[in-house]
Amino acid sequence: MSLITIENVSMGYEGKTVISNLSIKINENDYVCIVGENGSGKTTLMKCLLGLLPVQSGTIKYSDGLKQNEIGYLPQQTLIQKDFPASVSEVVLSGCLNQKHTLFYSKEQKKLAAKNMERTGIYPLRKKCFRELSGGQRQRAMLARALCATRKLIILDEPVTGLDPKAMQDMYELIKRLNISGITVVMVTHDITAAVNNANKILHLSRNSYFFGIAHQYLHSEVGKKFMITDCPCDECQHIHHLSGGEQQ
Amino acid sequence: MIQTLVEMFSYNFIIRAFIVGILVSLCASLLGVTLVLKRYSMIGDGLSHVGFGALAVAAALNLAPLEVAVPVVIIAAFLLLRLSENSKINGDAAIAIISSTSLAVGVAAVSISGVNTDLNSYLFGSILATTTADAVMCGILAVAVIVVFVIFYNKIFAVTFDESFSKATGLRTGVYNTVIALLTAMTIVIGMRIMGTLLISALIIFPALSSMRLCKHFKTVIICSGILSICCFFVGMYASYSLDTPAGASVVIANAAVFLIFAAVEAVKTRIIKS
Repeated sequence: MSLITIENVSMGYEGKTVISNLSIKINENDYVCIVGENGSGKTTLMKCLLGLLPVQSGTIKYSDGLKQNEIGYLPQQTLIQKDFPASVSEVVLSGCLNQKHTLFYSKEQKKLAAKNMERTGIYPLRKKCFRELSGGQRQRAMLARALCATRKLIILDEPVTGLDPKAMQDMYELIKRLNISGITVVMVTHDITAAVNNANKILHLSRNSYFFGIAHQYLHSEVGKKFMITDCPCDECQHIHHLSGGEQQ
Repeated sequence: MIQTLVEMFSYNFIIRAFIVGILVSLCASLLGVTLVLKRYSMIGDGLSHVGFGALAVAAALNLAPLEVAVPVVIIAAFLLLRLSENSKINGDAAIAIISSTSLAVGVAAVSISGVNTDLNSYLFGSILATTTADAVMCGILAVAVIVVFVIFYNKIFAVTFDESFSKATGLRTGVYNTVIALLTAMTIVIGMRIMGTLLISALIIFPALSSMRLCKHFKTVIICSGILSICCFFVGMYASYSLDTPAGASVVIANAAVFLIFAAVEAVKTRIIKS
């Protein structure tokens, strides 16, 4: 069932159009990776999905009771956050603010925050200061906050940037687990290998055109072949085929 | 010491200055935490210069000082926030331009009107300047700042920590930024009469920075900077009275000393943890 329907959308900023006539459907429980060169409009698309930027034409529809402010969002970390004095639980709890407006956090909201901290494995660090965490732990805290804001969909903006290989792998595994547990994932990334390995669908944006399809097709498409640094060896394809076949059961 | 305190508080103008000063310190320190964390520290400085310009022009034209300064500074606060959000114009440079221009306008206005004695008290503050009306206005402001902080505490945290996430999850970030700008402008206008235009921004920046050295939670940073700010004001005023130094300068020196102590403790602490 489709969760987000994007129809004939053109978008851009400061009067320029970056993406035109984009029509795609993101289904419930999809894992979509948005890839493309710098300036191809990945961030613009993400901002439009989040309602931070208006679309220039066309429509973005959310279905199945998903409101625009119920999307969990993992932004790139800002300079401000690097030395911000806040505990992990203060950060995670702030994800609950899009629920009913009360002055202070309710018991349910605190429970929700605790649950999501457990899901991302940072519950033992909840009293620690955010600025003392490692890069990977920070991303987990931010992911827990994003999960507090949503039940269905998370949008991740380059979630592994700046992480060491181990933390990166852990992050991908965590995102995969969340996807399996029923959360739709939309991820902007430059890590094309991981995108192809993890996502079930790839949206490749390039100037004036786009590719949207399942990861396996992407490897054999013209854009995909050009964009992959190495050609797709067919062993790899078999491997991916095997993976996606396994999940459907 | 107790004798000096009793003597100090036998003067009405000192009691007024204390009430206004403590309330302004409290407001400035609460607002300061968000401003410092959002990298808006210089806005306080810019606004106080605008306040100086407005006060000087008002004096030259024989208008009521606060009635001119309050709206002018509020408008400047909105302008500066807008400029900082607009990535095309460099926020730093904009603040520098606005503050030096208003300082120049103020100095020119003072020299044209020929009231040179006021210049000193505008720039460096005077405890004689507070009137009962100021004290009342200050009380109202302090209540407003504290109520806003308590009611919107969680939202202020969210907006300070991550504006784009807050916006994406439906928080009206513009409203909260506006409220913070408005309260900052008010705090500066009222506080600069005692502290002086050149020194008022210290009340905003120092307590927040000092408490961020040692506190690790947002809540403790806010509480700690409120307490620090009040204590520093008290110590500064006491020093000012017993050593006969200017009030504003003494309060800033007290704040600076606390900052140095906190920074030293932090340095020692990190060294102990490392070893």
